[in-house]
Amino acid sequence: MKVPPGLSPSDFARAISAFELAVGKQWVFTAEEDVALYRDPYSPFLGEPDELVASAAVAPDGVEQVQKVVRIANQYKIPIYPVSTGKNLGYGGSAPVLSGSVVLDLKRMNRVIEVNEENAYALVEPGVSYFDLYRYIQEKGLKLWVDVPDPGWGSPIGNALDRGGGYLMAQFRNHFDSHCGMEVVLANGDILRTGMGAMPGAQTWQNYKSGFGPWVDGIFSQSNFGVVTKMGFWLMPEPDAYLSGTVYAAKHADLILLVKILNYLENTRVTNGMPDLGSPLLGIPMISEIDVWNRGEGPPPPGPELASLLAKSEGGYSAELEQYALAHGISYWSCKLSFYGPTKANQANWEFAKEKFSAIAGAKFVDNESFKLPLTPEQCERVHKPQFGIPSLTMFSIGARSRTNPDPTNGHMWFSPIIPRTGEAIFEANRVFSQAAKKYGIPALAFSLPSCYWERAFIFIFAFPVTRDVATNQKNRAAFRALVQTAAEHGWGEYRTAPAYQDVIMNTYSYNDHSLLRFHETLKDAVDPSGILSAGRYGIWPRHLRKTQA
Amino acid sequence: MKHTGLLWVIALAAILAAHGSAAQDQGVRIPSSWTTTTVSGQGQPAGYVEYQKYCSACHGPGAGRPGTAALEAKYKGAEPALLDQRTDLTPELVKTYVRNGISVMPFFRKTEISDAELEAIARYLTRNNKR
Repeated sequence: MKVPPGLSPSDFARAISAFELAVGKQWVFTAEEDVALYRDPYSPFLGEPDELVASAAVAPDGVEQVQKVVRIANQYKIPIYPVSTGKNLGYGGSAPVLSGSVVLDLKRMNRVIEVNEENAYALVEPGVSYFDLYRYIQEKGLKLWVDVPDPGWGSPIGNALDRGGGYLMAQFRNHFDSHCGMEVVLANGDILRTGMGAMPGAQTWQNYKSGFGPWVDGIFSQSNFGVVTKMGFWLMPEPDAYLSGTVYAAKHADLILLVKILNYLENTRVTNGMPDLGSPLLGIPMISEIDVWNRGEGPPPPGPELASLLAKSEGGYSAELEQYALAHGISYWSCKLSFYGPTKANQANWEFAKEKFSAIAGAKFVDNESFKLPLTPEQCERVHKPQFGIPSLTMFSIGARSRTNPDPTNGHMWFSPIIPRTGEAIFEANRVFSQAAKKYGIPALAFSLPSCYWERAFIFIFAFPVTRDVATNQKNRAAFRALVQTAAEHGWGEYRTAPAYQDVIMNTYSYNDHSLLRFHETLKDAVDPSGILSAGRYGIWPRHLRKTQA
Repeated sequence: MKHTGLLWVIALAAILAAHGSAAQDQGVRIPSSWTTTTVSGQGQPAGYVEYQKYCSACHGPGAGRPGTAALEAKYKGAEPALLDQRTDLTPELVKTYVRNGISVMPFFRKTEISDAELEAIARYLTRNNKR
C-alpha cells in the first residue's frame, strides 16, 4: 500500500481504521486496483514515475462524515484531496495534485436538497451530477433549465468550483458566477455557510449572494481552503421559445467588425445565448456543428485548388485565398446567434441583429431553427443538447475514433488561454500560437477560433493529445509549459488547468512579486495550518511543502 | 417580564436547535445515472438497467453517441456497433474496459459503478452469447 508523504505506515494504518469507523469499511478503498481508479484517465504522465496517484480513497455519505474524515486527517497530518464526481477530464480527473494524498470521494453525497421553481434555484450536494439534477427537475415537471457543460456527467458543484461554463443565457453560463450560497467544511472540521446562509434560519440563502460583510465564496473555487458540501445555483426558467440565426461575413478583415457588433449585441442582451463562431472557408465548425462534422456529415473536404491555397496561407489568410473565397461565394466567417425568449421578441431581436451586422459589407444571413419550447423528442435529437439545458456525452466525439478520425487519442489536456474579446486579438493570438507551435514542434492548426462562453473575454480551448508514448507526452508537456509562458508574455492567462501545469500557470499571475499567490499562502496558513487539504491545488502549497515546490 | 424572558429562552433554544442541525443531511437522494430519464427495468433482462444508466449515453443507438460511432468506425460492420447487440464479448473483457478505459473512454471508480453493477452489465452484454 502506498503511504502518504511524511507518514509512517503504522500511523497510516491507524488512520485508515479511523476512516473505516467514520464512513464504513466498504467505503475506504486501499486495494491497489481500487486506488488505481483515482488516477487521471487522461494523465500526461502515463507510464512515468511522476504520474499522480492516490494512497487511498474515502467516500463519506454526508456532512458529518466529511467532518470526521477531515478531523482524522488533521490528527494524523494526512493530505486529503476532495473531488465531487471526479470527472474533470482534460483538467486532471480525480487524481490528487500531491501524489500519495487520500482522495475524499464525495460521489455518494447525492442529495438534491431543494429545487425552487418560483425563484428558480437549486441546492445540491457534490455527488449530484448534471444528469441527476436534470432528471429530478424533469420528473417533477418543473419549468427550469440547468446550464450544463460539455460533457454533462460531472457535478454542478465540481464544475463550478473549477469555474466551468455552459451555453444558456449569459448570466448562467459562468457556473461559478451563477452559484448562490455554499456550505463548506473547513480544515478543522468546522462548518461554514456563506452569504445569507451565515444567518441561522436564513430565508434567502439561495436568493441573495453576498450576505453581509466580505463575500468569501470565491476563495473556495480553484483552491484548497475547504471542502464544499452544499452549493446553491440559480437556474434558468424555461423560456417560451428559441430562435437561432447565422451571420456570414465574406472577407478576412470582417472578423474585427463582426466581433465588435457581436459584443454590442451581447452586452445589451439583444442576443442572450452563447454566440458560436466558425469559418466555412477554413473548415472550422461552430461548436454546435462539431459532432455533425465528426460523424462525417459536415461539408465535403476542399477541392484541390482550395486545399492548395489553404496549405499555402499564413494564419488562415492569403490574398489569393480570400479572392478564391469571394469568387466562389464561400464565407470567411460565420457566427450563430441564439435567442431565448418570447417568439416575437426573439424575431425582433434577430431582425435588429441583422440591421447591425449589415454594417459589414456583403454580410449574409440565414434563419436557422425556431422552436416553441419545450422541445419535442424529435427536435431534441437534432439539436446540440446543452444549448437547451440537456446534459449529454456527445462531446466525447472530440478525440474518439470516428469516420473522420481513424486514430483516436488516449485523451487530451486542455490549454485554455483567455484573450480580449476583439477580432484583432483573435488574429494576434493565432499568429503567436502558430509561431510557438512551429517552434516547439507540435502540430498547429492553420487557424483557430475562440469560444464565447464568457461575456467579456474570448477563450481558446486547444487540445494537447495524450498518447501512450512517453517521449511524445514529455515533448507535449514541455510545449504546453512553453505556450503558457508565451501567452503570459502577451498578457494572456489560462483560466483552468490540470495539476501538471498549475504551478507553472500560477507563476504567471506574478504581479508585484507574486502578491496574489502570497496572499493565497497567507490564507492557507491561517485556515489549514497542517496543510491537509488539496496540497498544491492551483499552485497553493502548504507551508511545509512550499520550498520543495518552488 | 418573566414571560418575555422565558420566550427569549425558548426562541434561543429554537435557534440553537436550527443551528445545530447544520450537519444533518436533508434532501432527496438521486441514484446516479448518465441518462435524462429514469430507466425502468420492467420486462427487461438482468443488467439492462445498469447498462442503460452507465453505458447508453455513449453506446446507445442514434446520433451523438460517440461510443457507438467509434465502434462503427472500428468494425465497419464486421461487428455490431451497438455493444448490447454483440455476441462475442466476455464478462472479463467488459470488466477490463470499464476498469481500465480505452482511448478517450475513461475508467470508472467503484463509487460510480460498483462491482455488483459491473457484474450485471457484464452479464447483460454477454446474455446472447452462444453457450
